Amino acid sequence: MIEQTVQILAHERVADQYFRLVLRAPEIAPLVQPGQFAHVRVLPLKEALLRRPFSIFQANGDTFSILYKRVGKGTEALAQMEPGEPLSVIAPLGNGFAVPPRGSETPLLVAGGYGMAAMYLLAKRSPQKGVVFVGGRRAVDILCVEDFRALGWEVRITTEDGSLGEKGLVTQPLQAELQRAAAGSRLYACGPTPMLRAVSRLAEQFSVPAELSMDEHMCCGVGVCLACVIRVKSGESWEYQRSCTEGPVFDARQIVWEGQS
Amino acid sequence: MNLSVQLGSLRMQNPVTVASGTFGYGAEYAQLLDLNQLGAVTVKGIRLNPVRGNPTPRTAEVTSGMLNAIGLQGPGVDGFIEKYWPFLRTLAVPTIINIWGTSVEEYAEVARRFDALGGVGALELNVSCPNIKEGGAQFGTDVALLRQVVAACRAATRLPLITKLSPNVPNIAPFARAAAEAGSDALAVTNSVPAMAIDAETRRPRLANVTGGLTGPCIKPIALKLVWEAAKAVQIPIIGMGGIQSATDAIEFLIAGATAIAVGTANFYEPQTAFHVLAGLQEYMERHRMTDVRELTGSLRVGA
Repeated sequence: MIEQTVQILAHERVADQYFRLVLRAPEIAPLVQPGQFAHVRVLPLKEALLRRPFSIFQANGDTFSILYKRVGKGTEALAQMEPGEPLSVIAPLGNGFAVPPRGSETPLLVAGGYGMAAMYLLAKRSPQKGVVFVGGRRAVDILCVEDFRALGWEVRITTEDGSLGEKGLVTQPLQAELQRAAAGSRLYACGPTPMLRAVSRLAEQFSVPAELSMDEHMCCGVGVCLACVIRVKSGESWEYQRSCTEGPVFDARQIVWEGQS
Repeated sequence: MNLSVQLGSLRMQNPVTVASGTFGYGAEYAQLLDLNQLGAVTVKGIRLNPVRGNPTPRTAEVTSGMLNAIGLQGPGVDGFIEKYWPFLRTLAVPTIINIWGTSVEEYAEVARRFDALGGVGALELNVSCPNIKEGGAQFGTDVALLRQVVAACRAATRLPLITKLSPNVPNIAPFARAAAEAGSDALAVTNSVPAMAIDAETRRPRLANVTGGLTGPCIKPIALKLVWEAAKAVQIPIIGMGGIQSATDAIEFLIAGATAIAVGTANFYEPQTAFHVLAGLQEYMERHRMTDVRELTGSLRVGA
């Protein structure tokens, strides 16, 4: 982990409320592992003090990028920033996805909306190509499909309104695929919590391993504040573990979901 | 230039420490910071047994600050000694251990355990956490209980005792005096301010605990006044804290009457803050031709 003020190299609107931000960070970029995140301080935000965590999308040479959705005042201020301006980042942070070794299970990636961004490096570095299942509300919420196809991965799209791909939830084609050939596959997922929970249920039903990138309100990003905790099995009971430090990626079998005890 | 300060028998090489709960157990920041440049490392609150803490969401950002209701999650005395003490004991600077309990006896027992450990810099008595059902704030908002807790810890250890006072009292002076009279070597002023935040769209509280403690720059004016009032009430030194994010903030606390200061919430968004404070303090002292940081303490100019 490195704390640095880095420069914005490129910043563009990808679609609708989605933006891609490229940072020049020669010391950080080579360290990035799939599923890790950057904790970003948006300096023009005067009254909103906390850093914002973003999954790292791509890491190339001396740059890395994030793909984000403009949703609140932090991302609103970030969206106003231009190439050449500085951003303070702490990165790379967290425990990411385990890249499947050559000859192991077929990776099935499951992404909700811009959760796709967190999975790109995994697809790129995996020696086995697999299938990416991506779901969103509308066609405009489906991102980076061509980036995955360019890596030689198959992409299956679902939208809730049917405006692109199959109509419905991302777990439908995933379930069909597992019914067809569950043995020898391994799930990796990033997206909204209800989607992660549904993926976790399917993993259990079909007895396949799954790694989930969990999302909880984050504050310090480095493990000191204990804000972003997730309930994780521990012996006969459970304990809180930090999504910034022990996570954000957890083994689905270890998660204790809301309503379970 | 002298930057060192003394809190009872605790000597700090400079007046800058960190607020309990904002710095984990030190090791988490060791990759980013040289902890040996601090005056002391203050760790998150420990009670006798492990504590699971509150459900999430545990924090919420608000204008110029944040709310937290972590619920003092922690490993307990044994877990702390096993997991975190081996690193902390290698530091060249003292460790201040924040302790709490749900009874006077528990506070004293925790104090005894850390006294027996050897090598601890000081104990900070947390009598002011707003986020737990029993213990914490109840000891900090009742003068008689506060006196009992401090006296019991005093009897249990010879380590320097720092009593961390609650902001949630009508007048801090009697609490400051009770702590001093019961044997506290220093005060920490102040803890987070009880507060809440609501999401208007969902009509739900933004913290699972409903209420929490407000920290960050928005509480600095409240904390400054409390330090000023406590300093007038007692002779023992005070560690001032509450929203410090710059050297100027820290200097204001010293002028109000603090001998040392702690950086808290700012650690979350700018881990280098304590070092910026230290550098800025030295620059200020040079500019004002001061040779000893203690000249600043209580130097507020009131009236004509």
